[in-house]
This record gives sequence, C-alpha cells and structure tokens, in this order.
Amino acid sequence: QVSLSGLKPLPEKVKIVEVGPRDGLQNEKTIVPADVKIRLIDMLSEAGLPVIEATSFVSPKWVPQMADQEEVMRGIHRKPGVSYPVLTPNLKGYRAAVKAGAMEVAIFGAASELFSKRNINCSVEESLQRFEEVMSAAREEKVPVRGYVSCVLGCPYEGSVSPSRVAEVAQRLYSMGCYEVSLGDTVGMGTPGGMAAMLEAVMREVPVHALAVHCHDTYGQALANILVALQNGVSVVDASVAGLGGCPYAQGASGNVATEDVVYMLHGLSIHTGVDLPKLMDAGSYICRSLNRRTSSKVAQASCKL
Amino acid sequence: MGNVPNAVKHCLSYENLMGESFRLPSSFQEKKWPEVHKFPDFVKIVEVGPRDGLQNEKEMVPTEIKIQLIDMLSQTGLSVIEATSFVSSKWVVQMADHNEVLTGINKSPHVRYPVLTPNIQGFQAAVEAGAAEVAVFGSASETFSRKNINCSVEESMQRFEQVICAARQACIPVRGYVSCALGCPYEGQVHPAQVTKVAKRLHELGCYEVSLGDTTGMGTAGSMAAMLRAVMAEVPIHALAVHCHDTYGQALANILTALQMGVSVVDSSVAGLGGCPYAEGASGNVSTEDVVYMLHGLGIQTGVDLAKVIEAGDFICRALKRPTNSKVSQATSRVIDMQAFSVLAE
Repeated sequence: QVSLSGLKPLPEKVKIVEVGPRDGLQNEKTIVPADVKIRLIDMLSEAGLPVIEATSFVSPKWVPQMADQEEVMRGIHRKPGVSYPVLTPNLKGYRAAVKAGAMEVAIFGAASELFSKRNINCSVEESLQRFEEVMSAAREEKVPVRGYVSCVLGCPYEGSVSPSRVAEVAQRLYSMGCYEVSLGDTVGMGTPGGMAAMLEAVMREVPVHALAVHCHDTYGQALANILVALQNGVSVVDASVAGLGGCPYAQGASGNVATEDVVYMLHGLSIHTGVDLPKLMDAGSYICRSLNRRTSSKVAQASCKL
Repeated sequence: MGNVPNAVKHCLSYENLMGESFRLPSSFQEKKWPEVHKFPDFVKIVEVGPRDGLQNEKEMVPTEIKIQLIDMLSQTGLSVIEATSFVSSKWVVQMADHNEVLTGINKSPHVRYPVLTPNIQGFQAAVEAGAAEVAVFGSASETFSRKNINCSVEESMQRFEQVICAARQACIPVRGYVSCALGCPYEGQVHPAQVTKVAKRLHELGCYEVSLGDTTGMGTAGSMAAMLRAVMAEVPIHALAVHCHDTYGQALANILTALQMGVSVVDSSVAGLGGCPYAEGASGNVSTEDVVYMLHGLGIQTGVDLAKVIEAGDFICRALKRPTNSKVSQATSRVIDMQAFSVLAE
C-alpha cells in the first residue's frame, strides 16, 4: 500500500524537455524531410520550450529518420536561452554532433539487461563503458551531458524492474557527470505507486533537482505518473508535441505523453512552464499534417487541432 | 485559433484555458494535498457505459446489444452498472428502449442497476419496470441547467425532491449527480461554492451518494482538489464520488487527486464510451479499463476482473463499429511480447 504522508508541495516551476523532434519522430513510420523537422523545431522554440531535443547522431543504418542529423543541426534557428541537445550513443556520434554544432548531448542507459542487449546489442555495463568515453570527451570540451534510463517502471522483455536497479544505473550516470538523469517508463506500464517507489529508491542516490521523468502514455497512466513525480519533488518533465512517437512494443498503441496535455495540467496547477499553449498546439498541428496523422494530444483534439 | 466548429464555440471554458486567465481560487495557496495518509483499500467503480456512454454515442444500438453488454459487465465483478435512463424518448432516442433493457437483463445478485429518473413520471415508469435504484442529475451551473434540462437549478431540485420522496416511500435508494463540477461549457469556471451548494442540497434531500462530474473534462488536479476541499466541508467524504471526463486527457490525474483526498467511489465507462457533446470528435467519459489498471497498480482493490472488462469493451466497440478509447485495451490488443504484460492479470 502506498503511503501518502511523504508528499511535498508542488514545484512552482517545471522545465519541459521537448523530445518530439527526436524521440517522437524516431518512432514515427513516415519519414519527414529535413526542412519539415527544422520548421517544427523553430515553431517549438517560438512556443517557449526551454529544451528541445533536436536529433540523434546514431548511424542512419539503424535510424533512417535521423539520417539528416547534420542538416537539421545546421538549419535550425537557435533561440537564445534554449538548448538543443542531441543523442550521441558513442564517441563517434559525439564527435559528429560537436562538429555539426551541438552544444549539449544525451546518452541512454537501461535498467534492464535484456532490453540493453536487444536494443543496443550490449550489456548495461558495456553501454556505461561506451558512455564513459563520451563523458570524458564532453568533460574536456565542457559540453553538458544528459543521461536517460530506460525501463524504469517495467521492461517489455523482463517484466517488472526493481527500483534498486534503476537507482544503480541512475547513480552511475550521475556520478559519471550527467547533469540530469531522465527516468523513462519505456513501455508506459507504470502506475503512480510504482513511480513513487522507484523515485524513492533513486532519490537516495541522486538529488531530486537532477532528476526528470519521461513517461509514456501507452496505458493512459502518464499524467497520473507525472503528477506523483511532481508530488515527490521532481520538476523536469519530458514530453512530445502531439504525443508523437508510438510504442514499438505494442503496435498501434501510443507512446510518448503529449506536451500539450502535460502543459494543460501544469498550468491548471498554477505551475509556471514558460510555454505558450496555443503556439505549441500550432506546432503540433503542423507536424501532424506533415506526417498525415491525427494528433495524440487530447487537449488538441478537444480544441479541434486534429 | 482558426475555424472552430459551433459545438466548441459554446465552450467558453476552453477559451479561458487557452489564455493565462485561468487561475485557481486564491484560497488554494498551498498546492499541497493529500488530506489522508494512504489511499483507500477499496474503490467502488460505478460503471456508466450502458447509460451515460451509449447515450452520447451517435450510433443507435439495438436493445439486445445493450442487454448483452450489461450482462457481460455483470460478470466482471463490477458492483454497480447504470443500466438505462427513464427520460422521454423524444429527448434521448438511444434510451427509448428503457423498459425492454431493464426487464431483459440478467440481474446478478451481486450487482445494482441504477437508472436515471429526471422526474416523477420517469421514476414511476422505472419502478414499474423493476428498478431498485434511481439517479437524479443536478447542475452546479445555472446556464447548463437551463440549456440541458430547460429549467433553473432550483426548479430541478424541486423536481428531484418529488422523486426522492417517492423513492423514500418505496425504499428505493437515490444517487445524485452534480454536472459542471469543474467548469461549464457556457459559464466557464465554476466556483467550488456553487458545487458545494448543489451537492449539499442533494445529500440533504436524501441522496445516499453524490457524484461530482467534470462534464467538460476541463478540470485539472488543482481545480479538483480545490473543489473537493470545499464540498468535503459540507458532505461526508464516504458519500462522494467523482465522475471525470477525459476530454483534455486529465481524468486519471484528477481521479488520483480525488483518491488522495479520501474519495473512494469512481465513475467510469467501459471502452471510454460516450464522446463529448461540446467538442466534436473529442473524447468524453474516462475508460473503466484505464481506471482499473491504475487502481490495481496502486494496490487498491476493486473486485473487478480487468480482462473481462476489456472483453466487454471489445464487444461493444465491434457493435458500434468504432475503436476503443481505452489505452489499456489498445495496448493489450496489439502487444507483441506478452511477457511484460502478465502484470495485468494480477
């Protein structure tokens, strides 16, 4: 049974990390050209988002959607005060990213061994060693690095994942030098009780100001999970405009939580995000038209921004 | 915002949320709840799919399908299933077969089957058809009351008083509903005091339970907490339920908030049946499957077999020729690797 007595007052401000252009598009079947990606990112910059994950420096062999990584990095209009982190799975990707002008990078660990092996073809320990190389280079060049932990509330192969395992990986990433660690409910199967228990374990190893949550809405639980995370002191939330990015483990099911729906909830709680919701919805409509798909955001649907 | 269909133009509430003008009441400074130390051990789910759900579906459903749906739901462990509505078929064509449905269903001894009775005529017809529990619908908003049932809130209370008196004499329990508890499609924001007034009146008149409905789905965790705090000061918590709409995706977060405040009765609709009449194409009722998934994940008992609810949801969606609104149902019907989702069976 979940105790409610440890909950804290909600944060006054929440930083939204917009992952639509990378995590979102990466999981969309339709390939969009570079100019569409650039326009999307520019619209998101105008909507007031402080962090926009722009692209991924992974081999185009693995992720064709991100093949135009350099063109996107060079083409976007960088709004002052906004960061545009990019994914760098290894040193090679890191070098290419910096050459293309990246000023912040991100690395992805997993709390599940099986997931690590199936997703990036190596064990969790091996992946952390790969990242150590990236960390060293980034440290020298003073490039901030964000860490991600996948499968924090469950794994599509292993089933349940222990909070202590999540804490272990999060702690490794943080002590390696990641300024922030984003905890991802990769299959969306987590519920508020699991979220609270996981955070409790992680917060013993990593300070809460360095934590973020990355919730998937595959089972409709994302907003409830985010609310509980806020009640536990988390103040950084990842989300994807229009809820871009389906779930690769449940065909046709949804994936990322929609930024519009998160912002609606936060504003309704009088929490400051700096985001202009109508402009955000415009960006969502734009990318859905380009992808020829309906939005996954309920706020957008209710406002007829389909 | 571009071309906005007429249905949405009526939604003043939606305009409020678009600007920064929406603010919580100033009394809600602390932004901290819960009021209790732990979640309830048990939550009663009130299944409203066959009535509230179907009533808001465009497709006409034949009587035998309605009966089969209710019979399937009766086998899932749900203890309350709102079966139909004794409203004039002139207004709600979908519910014209109320007599046949209520007499045709296979009533389980573990389940109650409340029906809507907007007035004394409806009540009498319901009793004649074998109803053992009824429900009345009030509104926290004057404009909504006038537009929806053509009378003021006070006039509607007088109508309900007649129903409740007659029900008391017949030893029939009455459940009350308050619409627009977190906002009105015409008036916009609704003050918690308005909700409290109506909820208290219904409870004092004799409703054993009052279900607070976020009719437009525009409520958020903040407005839910503020509203409940006000109502709980006048109506005992055990007599309160929440009826959340998922039009803006906020339902589960709102329900979670209500649970954290001590509420232990939640209304929901299988497969999320019932769109929003105020925003064309938008969703309405929250899905029972998604609510149950969250509750079970929290270690809260419901007595409900989730797999059987999913089956009932699949059945009605096939009959309605529409996809489910339940994310749990969508995810489980297409999952590639089943191993991870064995937790659902727990």
